[in-house]
Amino acid sequence: MRSLVIGGLLAGTFLFAALLSFVWTPFDVTELDIAARLQKSSMEHWFGTDHFGRDLFSMIMVGARISLAVALVAVGIGMGLGVPLGLLAASRSGSLLDELIMRSNDLIFAFPSLLIAILITAVFGPSALNAIIAIGIFNIPVFARLTRGGALSLWTRDFILAARVAGKGPLRISVEHILPNITNLLIVQGTIQFSLGILAEAGLSYVGLGAQPPTPSWGRMLAESQTMISFAPHLALYPGIAIILTVLGLNLMGDGLRDITDPRIRRTGR
Amino acid sequence: MLRYALKRLVSLLGALAVASVVVFAAIEVIPGDPAAYMLGLNAAPETVAALRAELGLDAGPIARYINWVTGMLQGDFGISYTYRTPVSEMVGDRLWISLPLALYALALSTIIAFPVGIWAASKRGTSVDIGIMGFTQLGVAIPNFWFAMILVVIFAINLRWFSAGGFPGWGGGLFPGLKALTLPAIALALPQASILSRVMRSALVDMLDQDFMRTARAKGLTQGQALRRHALRNAMIPVLTILGLQFSFLLAGAIIIENVFFLPGLGRLIFQAIAQRDLIVVESVVMILVFAVILVTFLVDLAYAAVDPRLRVH
Repeated sequence: MRSLVIGGLLAGTFLFAALLSFVWTPFDVTELDIAARLQKSSMEHWFGTDHFGRDLFSMIMVGARISLAVALVAVGIGMGLGVPLGLLAASRSGSLLDELIMRSNDLIFAFPSLLIAILITAVFGPSALNAIIAIGIFNIPVFARLTRGGALSLWTRDFILAARVAGKGPLRISVEHILPNITNLLIVQGTIQFSLGILAEAGLSYVGLGAQPPTPSWGRMLAESQTMISFAPHLALYPGIAIILTVLGLNLMGDGLRDITDPRIRRTGR
Repeated sequence: MLRYALKRLVSLLGALAVASVVVFAAIEVIPGDPAAYMLGLNAAPETVAALRAELGLDAGPIARYINWVTGMLQGDFGISYTYRTPVSEMVGDRLWISLPLALYALALSTIIAFPVGIWAASKRGTSVDIGIMGFTQLGVAIPNFWFAMILVVIFAINLRWFSAGGFPGWGGGLFPGLKALTLPAIALALPQASILSRVMRSALVDMLDQDFMRTARAKGLTQGQALRRHALRNAMIPVLTILGLQFSFLLAGAIIIENVFFLPGLGRLIFQAIAQRDLIVVESVVMILVFAVILVTFLVDLAYAAVDPRLRVH
């Protein structure tokens, strides 16, 4: 419970910062002020300024938008496609369709998300949208497997048998009885994939495969800071800490949610 | 055991075949003519046609796919569009940076995670356990390339123990090469070690309540001894699964980390190739990486059977 609150506060802070940045930031991130470049933290510029004199705190607020948006949509893609596939596979467990779905999942799993992103970028060029697609594709097998596993263990239960006796077909049972019972699992995994998505997005934009300039993103801020790291380490420090705190917050939230929803863990205090 | 291994081998070959089709098809849909791209805007149509014939681009997609695959099986990955040199030569040296880097990081991650995970599990619920778990929670959240930059600031720029980047080559002996890969390997290993020690701990904790553990304690073993002698082998299945997955993450991570340390590995090659639209290089490097990942999955499957005799029967 405590980790859920702490995690929620951490992640919530960055979500709030991202939303707030649409209406207010301490400084305009598109405004260059060369005279004030590479300043350390001060009362005026809380996190200092970059090589163009832009306010780092404001850039991190704006950068939160792209990180959170990319990861959130990618989780949406993974759930939107993975969950129906997993339900379908479980309802026809052992059939050719089940085998086909699960084997294609294994195949996607064999490509690390970075390789998928590289392929997509090679074909369509780098952009935030392509980063979303790459991370989203990688999320599909995660949710498909989880859904299938959770659904399979439910299909043998008596209340499902009752539903079948009542004349419900596999589709209705999946939607009306299986899905509500695995929602907890999905939410916990969704939180974890959300945090992994933020790390993946940061990595992709660091190597130039994510959001393109002038959209600020945490990964690209780190990439730009690299040549100045010997004399302006604060440029690398703050975006990195922003990533860590967001990911940490989401992971703590995931742990907290799991503790609440899984009575087995709650009882033994693991 | 042999039947199990053969079955896994068949699925390995199947996965490779499908993966090669996917990679080929992805590159295939890209518009534009590589031959025209190589020769520039002012090339005469006849020259472009001649180069297309030379590169084998005139054939249909199926013939080209077969060409590509049979070439790869013989170690021929085609000719780079930009540099006009064989891709196999370009990949050769670079593979020997990315692969050792990933393996070095995997070794570090394992060496750190096993004792830490076992320690935390044997002290379950104490402040040691909580402290370790808090620390690993942080480790999981750190992006490895950022950690790499911080390592450079501390150990290369301030302390000057390591160079900030570059690679001396394996020609000067094992030690200078390993030294150049040490900071990158640490950066890659830390988040993975955090994940692995968490998995190790929870797999062992699941064993703690088993009857055989109570028996082991009853005959006078300490918690730690009982864990190492009896629970460890039983906990290996989830740990091996994660180890296998980690290798693919580490290999992908290696190609990002190479950018931090200016290591001339596969990562530098592939990002250059993307920028120059040198698609045959992209295609080949991706295929090599996928091959490595699928091969490791296969080895992990074999390792399952080694630690769990029940699997050999089914």
